[in-house]
Amino acid sequence: MSFLLTCPNCGVREVTDFGYGGEISSRPRSRPTLRELGEYNYFRRNRAGVQREWWFHRSGCRAWFIAERDTRTNEVLLTELPARSDGGGAG
Amino acid sequence: MSRLPNQPGELINRGKAIRFTFDGKAVEAYEGDTVGSALYAGGLRTFSRSFKYHRRRGLLCCAGQCPNCIVAVDGAPGVRACIEPVREGMRVEHLNAQPGLELDVMRATDIVGGPFTRPGFYYKTFIRPRKLWPLYEKVLRHAAGLGVLRKRQSEREWRTEYRRRHADVLVIGGGTAGIGAAKAAAASGADVVLVDEGPVPIEPIAGVEILGRASALGYFDGIVPVWQGDTLHQVRARNHVFATGAIEQPLVFAGNDLPGVMLSGGAVRLAQLYAVSPGTRAVVATTSDRGLDAAAKLLDAGVQIAAVADLRVNRTARARQLAERGIEVLIGHTILEARGGKTVEGAVLGPIGVEGGSVERTFECDLAVVSGGFAPATSLLLQAGARTRYDAARGCFVLDQLPPNVTAVGDVAGVDDPGAVAVPPPVAGAGHGKCFACLCEDVTAKDIKLSVEEGYDSIELSKRYTTVTMGPCQGRMCQLPAIRLMAKETGQSLEQVGTTTARPPWVSVPMGILAGRPFEPAKRSSIHARHRELGGNIKWAGDWRRPYDYGDPQAEALAVHRAAGLIDVSTLGKLLVRGPDAGEFLDRLYPNRFSDLKPGRIRYGVISSDAGRIVDDGTICRIDEDTFYVTTTSSGAGAVEEWFSWWLADWRMRVQLTDLTQGLSAVNLAGPRAREILGELTDVDCSPDAFKYLDGRQARVAGVPCLILRIGFVGEIGYEIHFAAAYGEHVWDALMQAGRDKGIRPFGLEPQRILRLQKMHILVGQDTDSESTPFGAAMPWIVKLDKDEDFIGKWALEHYAEEEPATRLVGFTLPNGHVPTEGAVIMDALGSPVGQVTSSRFSPVLDRVIGMAWVPSPLARDGSKVTISDEGTTMQAEVQTRPFYDPDGEVLRS
Repeated sequence: MSFLLTCPNCGVREVTDFGYGGEISSRPRSRPTLRELGEYNYFRRNRAGVQREWWFHRSGCRAWFIAERDTRTNEVLLTELPARSDGGGAG
Repeated sequence: MSRLPNQPGELINRGKAIRFTFDGKAVEAYEGDTVGSALYAGGLRTFSRSFKYHRRRGLLCCAGQCPNCIVAVDGAPGVRACIEPVREGMRVEHLNAQPGLELDVMRATDIVGGPFTRPGFYYKTFIRPRKLWPLYEKVLRHAAGLGVLRKRQSEREWRTEYRRRHADVLVIGGGTAGIGAAKAAAASGADVVLVDEGPVPIEPIAGVEILGRASALGYFDGIVPVWQGDTLHQVRARNHVFATGAIEQPLVFAGNDLPGVMLSGGAVRLAQLYAVSPGTRAVVATTSDRGLDAAAKLLDAGVQIAAVADLRVNRTARARQLAERGIEVLIGHTILEARGGKTVEGAVLGPIGVEGGSVERTFECDLAVVSGGFAPATSLLLQAGARTRYDAARGCFVLDQLPPNVTAVGDVAGVDDPGAVAVPPPVAGAGHGKCFACLCEDVTAKDIKLSVEEGYDSIELSKRYTTVTMGPCQGRMCQLPAIRLMAKETGQSLEQVGTTTARPPWVSVPMGILAGRPFEPAKRSSIHARHRELGGNIKWAGDWRRPYDYGDPQAEALAVHRAAGLIDVSTLGKLLVRGPDAGEFLDRLYPNRFSDLKPGRIRYGVISSDAGRIVDDGTICRIDEDTFYVTTTSSGAGAVEEWFSWWLADWRMRVQLTDLTQGLSAVNLAGPRAREILGELTDVDCSPDAFKYLDGRQARVAGVPCLILRIGFVGEIGYEIHFAAAYGEHVWDALMQAGRDKGIRPFGLEPQRILRLQKMHILVGQDTDSESTPFGAAMPWIVKLDKDEDFIGKWALEHYAEEEPATRLVGFTLPNGHVPTEGAVIMDALGSPVGQVTSSRFSPVLDRVIGMAWVPSPLARDGSKVTISDEGTTMQAEVQTRPFYDPDGEVLRS
């Protein structure tokens, strides 16, 4: 796997500069059932296509940001700093 | 050294002699020679012994495309002699022949091999009896192969570097087309990298970085690794120009591997570039005008031409020109056999499509020049996503589709090979001896036939069975012949047979280059030099170099109990969490509460994941209303900072995180006399009522602004002192000096582990794993489920609070003095593993063996007995749930 990512702070860098945080998941807002909790903790959509995901500029500014990437081609469509809380997703 | 008279365009500098050795013997060369040209000029004909049959192999392509001239240079195997420039004093050695190139005992595999050397023979034979495989393997490894690695470790290791290079345009191949493309791209203002593996340096071009004597190894998701000497350039370019050329193909006939059989390009290069006569009398066999041109050039260089066999049925203009020079050109003929012992002594020519008999003619010669047409070198292009199709007229696979931002120029895009025709498969039964399809792996035409007969009837299967195309040439010489043979044996068209998948590496590459230089970053605290001076036993602890002890861990532990000890804890993670929402932020991250912590007070916290598992632990001191100082475990420092900043990025709270781990040093001063020692160096009131357990104070220590945390990881009165790293040695020295007459000792990681185990203070990652919850780890008190607000792990912990864990973390003692291995198994009555020991030590102050272990919940109560199985020994331990030392914390709080 090898591609370029644009850190919203630092600019274009090799993907090896970054840590991958996985697809953005939805953290339950109220007490989930055990099944919902298990799905949130352990299940991922694993989409073949464009997904929103977390990245961390580990060897750079150490900021978390969001990328939209096509998982089939590794084409990165956009990167942006998170503008608002979308109800949890980190972790 | 025999040389031709001056040749126009020769590369050698006759005024400058270069000396090197081959198998210990001195060789004379000229500057500009390659190892191959110099050795050939010196009379060497056998350059290597083949992979399996140990047959003689000589120069074939003289262009770095075939495996025949692979030698070792200065101990490194796998060097292509024909493109390796000579250097003064270089040590060249042959490969894969014992005792020597001229007498190779493993020749027996060819002479008596018969049924024993067919493909698959050793897969089928050497599997039984299985236990003999190590012996078989040793013998087979010795018999086969392409070289021996340098024996000594020091010789095998050399420093290699990675380099990242981003460019607008990468041009692969420094021939006419490649140089032209690089110049054009640079002229348009692009940042260009040009890669060329040839022996001749390319003239500098403005705006172009030339990587000479360098090989593009493959194409990986837009990165092209380029091996140049000790450096692996990882080139990422927006546009790729492939000028990889075309590769002259050999012909498959009996004895086609005999030294003296040479590709037309190789023979011409030897004569024209290095002024070395490839032979005295040659037979030429060709499928296009290239071979006829070569015949004319060799004639010009003084080589006699015995005859020329032109596969084509039409006599071309060039054939007529040759005939006018008195050369016999046999139209519709090809070469059927090369004869000879050590080198070519004769060649048998015959008409195509006629089997055996009176029409064959034998010519005496010492050189058989062959040209089987040109195949575009498309491997790297295919890796980049290009497609090829079979061109029936030319008889090779040509480029069909290119991916975006990829261009092909020069011969790879379309060979200038006038009159080229498709080459038919070799005539069955013509000539005597083996016909090699693959020179790297010694695969004969018969072997491919056999693989089809055994059911491996696709090119990909046959490749895996016979290993054709899998050798150092990577299919350059053998892919097309193998496809032709497959087509013949299966009755398919070449289009139907198709090609094997092109894979990296395109050239043989040392593993060390791919591995790069091993980096082991070492972190050292600012006090490290002192630890060395004090005789510290320095070991790795994660990325850190830390003193495990200063010679006597037990005495160091006792010193902490009896007087005072000083340990460097600079490795702790240190985070400053600041802002109006800081308290709420920590409340959301920890299962307990921090917003109600009073300034100047400290609270222990365990970080849990949303799955309710323990992630890390540490202490948090509230410095003022908006500021918290968070410490983490040494190994978890980076991960916790990432974890905090991740949630902060999501929650967008008014909080600022600052990682102070590297900027601050910290020492822990602990023991009954710690208070006195600290009191001598600070103005802050250290009396028990003024500076209580779990108080945090900002004060100067030995003049240095510090944050002093009164905590008790080791179980005695303790002050963890944090300060700017630059003052590390100063603060350490001041404390040691102040404690000198009070019995202070430095203590290392090992005594600290004894001390903390006595208190059952867990080490996250040692006593816990990714399954451990705070409830199982006997810390239910750190989970505040009455917190109304949400926090990470709340829902999972609510669930675990109601569920009895299968195992719990408890302490244990052992009576007999045996210290079980950490990781030893807890067994039930039936001998099944039901838990494990996580920590165990001999405690000098308690004079017994103590430990911690995960045991089944029903056994997790004081006084119950558990069985520990430790590498064959079983022992009975007694469970203890409260700390072994100072269970009520009276010492700690005093």
